[in-house]
Amino acid sequence: MKRWLSLLAVVFVMMVGMPASAFAASVAEPQTLRVYNWGEYVSDGSDGTLDVLAEFEERYPNIKLEYTTYASNEEMYAKLKSGSASYDVIIPSDYMVSRMIAEDMLLKLDFDNIPNFLDVMEDFKNPEYDPTNEYSVPYSWGTVCLIVNTDLVTEEVDSWNALWDINYDGNILIFNNSRDAFGIALKRLGFSQNSTDPEELELAKQSLIEQKGFLQSYVMDEIFDKMESGEAAIAPYYTGDGLIMQEENPALEVILPKEGTNLFVDAMVVPKGAKNKEGAETFINFMCETEIAYANVIDYLGYSTPIQSVYDQLDEEILNDGVSYPSEEYLATCDTFINLSDEDNKNLEEMWVDVMAAETGTEGGNPIFLILIFAVLFGLSIYRAVKKHRNREL
Amino acid sequence: MLKKLASTPYVLWMAIFVVVPLGMMIYFAFTTADGSFTLDNMLQIGKYTSIFLKSINLAVIATLICFLLAFPAGYLLSRMKTRRQNMMLLLIMLPMWMNFLLRTYAWMTLLENEGLINHFLELLGIGPLSMINTQGAVVLGMVYNFLPFMILPLYSVMAKIDPSLFEAAADLGCNPMLSIWKVLIPLSRPGIISGITMVFVPSVSTFIISRMLGGGQNMLIGDLIEKQFIGSSYNPYTGSAMSLVLMVLMILVMAAIGSFEDDEMEGIVV
Repeated sequence: MKRWLSLLAVVFVMMVGMPASAFAASVAEPQTLRVYNWGEYVSDGSDGTLDVLAEFEERYPNIKLEYTTYASNEEMYAKLKSGSASYDVIIPSDYMVSRMIAEDMLLKLDFDNIPNFLDVMEDFKNPEYDPTNEYSVPYSWGTVCLIVNTDLVTEEVDSWNALWDINYDGNILIFNNSRDAFGIALKRLGFSQNSTDPEELELAKQSLIEQKGFLQSYVMDEIFDKMESGEAAIAPYYTGDGLIMQEENPALEVILPKEGTNLFVDAMVVPKGAKNKEGAETFINFMCETEIAYANVIDYLGYSTPIQSVYDQLDEEILNDGVSYPSEEYLATCDTFINLSDEDNKNLEEMWVDVMAAETGTEGGNPIFLILIFAVLFGLSIYRAVKKHRNREL
Repeated sequence: MLKKLASTPYVLWMAIFVVVPLGMMIYFAFTTADGSFTLDNMLQIGKYTSIFLKSINLAVIATLICFLLAFPAGYLLSRMKTRRQNMMLLLIMLPMWMNFLLRTYAWMTLLENEGLINHFLELLGIGPLSMINTQGAVVLGMVYNFLPFMILPLYSVMAKIDPSLFEAAADLGCNPMLSIWKVLIPLSRPGIISGITMVFVPSVSTFIISRMLGGGQNMLIGDLIEKQFIGSSYNPYTGSAMSLVLMVLMILVMAAIGSFEDDEMEGIVV
C-alpha cells in the first residue's frame, strides 16, 4: 500500500512537474536570434551612446544575437530570395516591406508579444505599405534632403534645381541607386516619385544624362567623406545622415526642397523561414521601448521617431530644426515609395544603366588602342605558329 | 590510393564552390524567370558592347603598366642578396595585408580635389589637378592593387635563372639589351604569362575600384553585373549571361597569351 502511495506520489509529481520543467526549459534554453539590418543603423555604443545590442543580450541572457548588415534593400532582398540564409528580424524600407508582403515573404506578427506597439504614433499605424498592419512595426522614418556647403554656395538654395545648376560644375553629387536618383529627377520635373509613365521616365532619364555632364560623382556612403571635407558643394541624402555630417562640418546646411521630397519609413519585420519568431517579437518590442528607441534613433541615428513617448521627450531644438519633423503641409507634398512591378523595376534599372553608361563627351573610351593591342597579340601568335610549323618542316 | 584520398578535400571543394556555381551560372544565363529556355539574355548583351570594350581597354592598360613596372622590379629583386631580397619582398607584400577596400578608399582621399596630393601641389604653386573620377584614377587603382600579383610570379621565375647564362650571353657577344631580349625574356615567359593573367583577370572584372575612384561615371562590366544582382531589379538571368560572356572573353584572351607558352619548352631544350 505504501508502495502504491509513493508510486502515485511520483506520478503526481511528474504530472505537475512536467509542464513546469518544460516551460522552464523553453525559457532558459539558449537561443539565437538572427538580426539583419542596414549598416550603421543601430546604436553601437560609440561616442558615448548606448550599446543597444549589448543591452538586449544583458536583458535576455538566454538569447544570443547574430547581427549582420546589408547596404541596400535590394541586397537584402536578393539574399533572402536566393534562400541562402535565414533571419529572424530584418528592417527594410516601406516599398520593400510591401513588396515582400506581396510576394508572401513575411510572417504575421503576434502583437500580444509586442505591447509597445501601442506607443506607435497613429500616423504610422496601418501605413500604405502594410494597410492592415499585420506584418510590420516602424523603426524610424526620415526624408531625403539637400545638403549644401555654404562655404561654396552663397546663394539661397530651396529647390532640387540646385543639383542641375551648371555654376557648380564638378561639385555636385547624386545617389548611386536608381530609385533615389530617378525619384529626385521626377520630383524636380513635377512628377510623382512613383511614376511609371514611360514619357515621364524618359524625361527624367534625359535630365539625369544632362546632369552627368557636370556631376562630380555618384555616391552612397562615400558621401560622408566628400561632404564633410568640402570636396563637393551640393548633394542629396537622407536627412538624419545630413544632420550627422553637419555636426562634423558646420558649414553644411540641411534643406528640404520646396518641390517636396521622399518620405521613407523603415520597419521591423519577420521573414518567412525565421527560426525564432518569438525571440524576434521580443526584440521588436525591445526596440520600441522609450529609452531604447530614444538612445537608438535620436541619439545615435539622428533620424525621426515614430514612437509617441520618444517624440514627447524631444528637445525643442530638434523639434524646431525644420527638417527632422517637417510640418503636416510639407509632408503632404512628399511621396513615399510604393512597390513597383517586376516589369517596372527592370525598366527603371535598364534606364539607370543607360544613364550610367552614357558618354558625356569628355572622356570616350579609346578602342583604337585596344584593337591595336589585340592585333599585335593576334599577329604574334600567328607568327609563332608559322615559325613553329617551319621549324618542324626543317 | 593514398593519392586519391589526399586529393579528396580539394576535389570536393572544387565541386561545391566552383563546378556547381558555374553550372548555376550557365543555367541562369539561358533561362527566363519562369524557368524556360531562352537566348534573350545573351542577345541583350549587345547593348553593352561599349561597356565591355571600356573594361577590357582599361584592364589592358593597367596590365601593361603593371608589366612595365614589375619586370625591372622583379629582375632587380631576383639579383639581390637574400637578406635584402626578403626585406624587399616584405615591402611589396605589406600593402596586401591591408584590406583592399581600405586601400582604395585611401586613394580616394589622396586624389580628391581637396585631397592630400592637391594640397601639396598647391604649396608648390601648381593649380589643383582633377585626378579623381577619371579613367586614369581607375587605372591607377588597378595598378596599385594588382601590382604585387605581377611582381611575385616574375620574381619567382627570374630567381631560378642561373646567372652564368647571362655571363655566357655576354661572352658570346650579347650587349645587355640583347641578353635581356634573348635570355631573360624567353626564360621568364611562364612568369610573364601568369603575371598577366593574375592582373588582367581581376582588373577586367573589378567593380569597386571604378565606383570609388571613377566616381561611378566610368561604369565597367563589373559594376554592370553587380547592378543586375543588387540593383533595384533582381535579375540573375542577365547578370549570369554577362558573367558568362565575360568569362568566355577572358578564356579567349588567356588562350591567345597561352599560345606563347607552347614553345617555351623548345627554348629551354634548344
